[in-house]
Amino acid sequence: MATLTATPRKKTPPGISTHPAVRKLLVLAALAAVLTPLAAARWATGTWPGELTVDLSTPLATASDWIIDNRDTHPLFLHFLGHVSNAVVIAVRAVYLALLAVGWAGVTAVSALIAWRTAGIRLALGTAAAFLTCGLLGMWVPTMQTLALMAVAVAASVAVGALLGLAAGLSDRMHRILRPVLDTMQVLPAFAYLLPVVLVFGIGVPAAVLATVVYAAPPMARLTALGLRSADKEVLEAVDSLGATARQRLLTARLPLARGELLLGLNQTIMMALSMAVIASVIGAGGLGDRVYQALASVDVGAALAAGVPIVLLAVVLDRVTGAAGARLGQAPPPNSRALWAYAGIAAVAVAAAGRLADRLEWPDGWVVGIAEPVNRAVEWMTDHLYSGVPVVGGTADWAGRFTTWVLDPLRDGLQWLPWWSVLLIVAALAWLIGTWRTALTAVLAMAAIGVLGVWKPSLDTLSQVLAAVAVTLVIGFATGIAAARSDRFERLLRPVLDVFQTMPQFVYLIPVVALFGVGRAPAVAAAVVYALPAVVRITAQGLRQVDPAALESARSLGATSTQQLRQVQLPLARPALLLAVNQGVVLVLAVVIIGGLVGGGALGYDVVFGLAQGDLATGLVAGAAIVCLGLMLDRVTQPTERRTAKGA
Amino acid sequence: MSRTRITAAVAVLALATGCGAADMTKQASPFANAQGARTVTLSVQSWVGAQANVAVAQYLLEEELGYRVDTVQVDEVPAWDALSQGRVDAILEDWGHPEQEQRYVDDKKTIVNGGDLGVTGHIGWFVPTYFAKEHPDVTDWKNLDKYADRFRTPESGGKGQLLDGSPSYVTNDKALVKNLKLDYRVVFAGSEAAQITQIKRFAKERKPFLTYWYTPQWLSAKVPMTEVELPAYEEGCDADPAEVACAYPVTPLQKYLNADFARHGGEAAELLRNLNWTTEDQNEVSLLIAEQKLSPREAARKWVDGHESTWRAWLP
Repeated sequence: MATLTATPRKKTPPGISTHPAVRKLLVLAALAAVLTPLAAARWATGTWPGELTVDLSTPLATASDWIIDNRDTHPLFLHFLGHVSNAVVIAVRAVYLALLAVGWAGVTAVSALIAWRTAGIRLALGTAAAFLTCGLLGMWVPTMQTLALMAVAVAASVAVGALLGLAAGLSDRMHRILRPVLDTMQVLPAFAYLLPVVLVFGIGVPAAVLATVVYAAPPMARLTALGLRSADKEVLEAVDSLGATARQRLLTARLPLARGELLLGLNQTIMMALSMAVIASVIGAGGLGDRVYQALASVDVGAALAAGVPIVLLAVVLDRVTGAAGARLGQAPPPNSRALWAYAGIAAVAVAAAGRLADRLEWPDGWVVGIAEPVNRAVEWMTDHLYSGVPVVGGTADWAGRFTTWVLDPLRDGLQWLPWWSVLLIVAALAWLIGTWRTALTAVLAMAAIGVLGVWKPSLDTLSQVLAAVAVTLVIGFATGIAAARSDRFERLLRPVLDVFQTMPQFVYLIPVVALFGVGRAPAVAAAVVYALPAVVRITAQGLRQVDPAALESARSLGATSTQQLRQVQLPLARPALLLAVNQGVVLVLAVVIIGGLVGGGALGYDVVFGLAQGDLATGLVAGAAIVCLGLMLDRVTQPTERRTAKGA
Repeated sequence: MSRTRITAAVAVLALATGCGAADMTKQASPFANAQGARTVTLSVQSWVGAQANVAVAQYLLEEELGYRVDTVQVDEVPAWDALSQGRVDAILEDWGHPEQEQRYVDDKKTIVNGGDLGVTGHIGWFVPTYFAKEHPDVTDWKNLDKYADRFRTPESGGKGQLLDGSPSYVTNDKALVKNLKLDYRVVFAGSEAAQITQIKRFAKERKPFLTYWYTPQWLSAKVPMTEVELPAYEEGCDADPAEVACAYPVTPLQKYLNADFARHGGEAAELLRNLNWTTEDQNEVSLLIAEQKLSPREAARKWVDGHESTWRAWLP
């Protein structure tokens, strides 16, 4: 754990610090007083006025037709995109064939030995166990396919991200240009990326890899830039005074100083690429994701879980190993490190050769444990007994019904009933109160763009689902986070659960959620809560634990009860962390509410799914753009003044 | 010195990549032909009937003809695109996509028709048979409004719910509800999996429901359903999607092959062209997969063991 520092407290008493908020609201009220009557008189409709929309369906349909008709003849495709696509196929194939040639024993041994050298013996054992579990579940070949795809995607993401980060880290102008772009990409739900990539590259591995790169490169770029920019000025001056050239300075001082951030960037990139590996199965990524997706089609939760577990295991192992490598950075390597690496290499080669000689490259068919059936039975039992008729509390179907009727419907109808200019006003007020006038402006513009795109109503429908899901997530998340912050044992118990839910592909629990809550918006909200909870719990617990122990001690000595300590000391001091939790919660919830289009969530999510399924660029891309705007708006509205550095993983 | 080196590297890169044309519409999957085997890639659509076709074709290709078969799960319209590009070699069950047929079969000639699958598909509105038995008049669309409140759910607001499935399926339901002036709202489940889960739930509770459904479908054997009669289908009555007010047609399901594969695919292409089986055959395999949770391969093995005379005729 890093050194814990309390957030610096403001010196001004609370009475004065509210002044800026009042001033902001006054300015906004004045603006509104001038603009609203104008707008209301000009366009006297409740929803977004029709005159202010731009119909993109014809140009988009033309563009889509042009791409399909020219994909095999136009030079742009033949001489550029075709080579990109070829390179991806060749690279993935090379890695895949190499993994198959090393065999299951070899792959397991090599991974475990790398983990041993970078992260220690315990993680090495964990890694070996994880790979063997993948084999036992009968998922060896799909795991290797996913691993090959991931390796190429991560390598490309790291290369692209590092290049962009280098540019942004060394040049102020690039930094100014790239930052808003990267900020935006970070809040994009993965689903929104897929359609344009598919249109250009067609269904298949190249499209999947490229969508993954677009999704996973931004954190690497951000963190590289951050690392380069936050390098110790004194060290740099010392290097300068030694007469180093710009390149020497970069290679010998700035990059080594940024090692921590670079590794964190790698870690984030891997995690995001893995989460994309499943979503990309919708566009033909193959591997584990495809197994999950196919199991989803035959309503087979057990089979989906059997393919989902390897993904969780890969994610946990990769996260821990890169994390541990990052933690070890500062320490001096042990004296015999090189020799140990050599031993590790020899051992790995020996195992792989043994596997080859014994002709045991493929995972033996007999060593497969079927978990699908018991899991399905358990899920069925659970849904049968919880769905309805549970005494006193009622079944999950009744809850879902009530939640839809009493929460989702009024929220949606209320939002859609509000005049469009008042929605913009509310967005502006919220964003300005929490952030700066810049974030407020971005948020208002994003919201207005949704109206211009002509999807005002479905976007507000999606927004109502997001708000409801965020509310539920925060209530449960804060409660659990507080409990975890107060009890070490509870936190230890919670950790693996959070790990699993954070990395488990959302597709796996879509079906049980429908079985429990029926088709509609309620299951979409439920899935979103499940997905967003871990991050909220983690950030809350961490924020509370980082509260200055001295402040707590003094509260205790004044005789505060533990509830008083929590309410009056810990929670106020952890406010930045709680705001961050809200922000993360909102972004994650939006991502899954969109996927909720697959279980009857409707609105924008359905439009994206429809666009993908029908190859309909006009519907899909407009909905995708609206999601982007919605994400941008939600992020800016909940964004505390200080920008966070990384997306939680 | 370093600058010249970089320039040289860029030049080499440009020479190596920029000058040769690379047609990405003729690329196979990187996972294909891994051990030097002959490979066929089949598109699996998301419904189980399509999985059954593919499972049997895969089993025969692998066991009888020695091919390696890769399967890719793709939605219908993107599958046409992938088929045209050669990313997949065949679609075994198509429910009629006139626009795509025009573009790829007639204009670009990258896809050829592979003949009938032998199964006849039909789309319609269905209610569970247990409900139709109690209220026999529900099977006429004119009486649907009478039962609207019985079909109400939280999602459908004050109206009756017409449950629709995956967005990739052919559907005119929104237009139908509007043009027939029914007191119903179309609720899209968003995927067939969600729709099936919901139907099974309703059936367990013996609740009434109205759903977009199609035959052949394995679920019809588990949850017996009765079709609601819509105004009869006539040739051309569904020409304008916004004005449709008639039932769905009966579609003989078709197979489509990539044009190159059809020419040079050898025995595999021939087997896929010959493949032709009945609705009962398909349902038998579908049920094994979806209800008994057999792996598609196991299910195909079971069917193949019992129907040798049928598939012998398909072999080249």
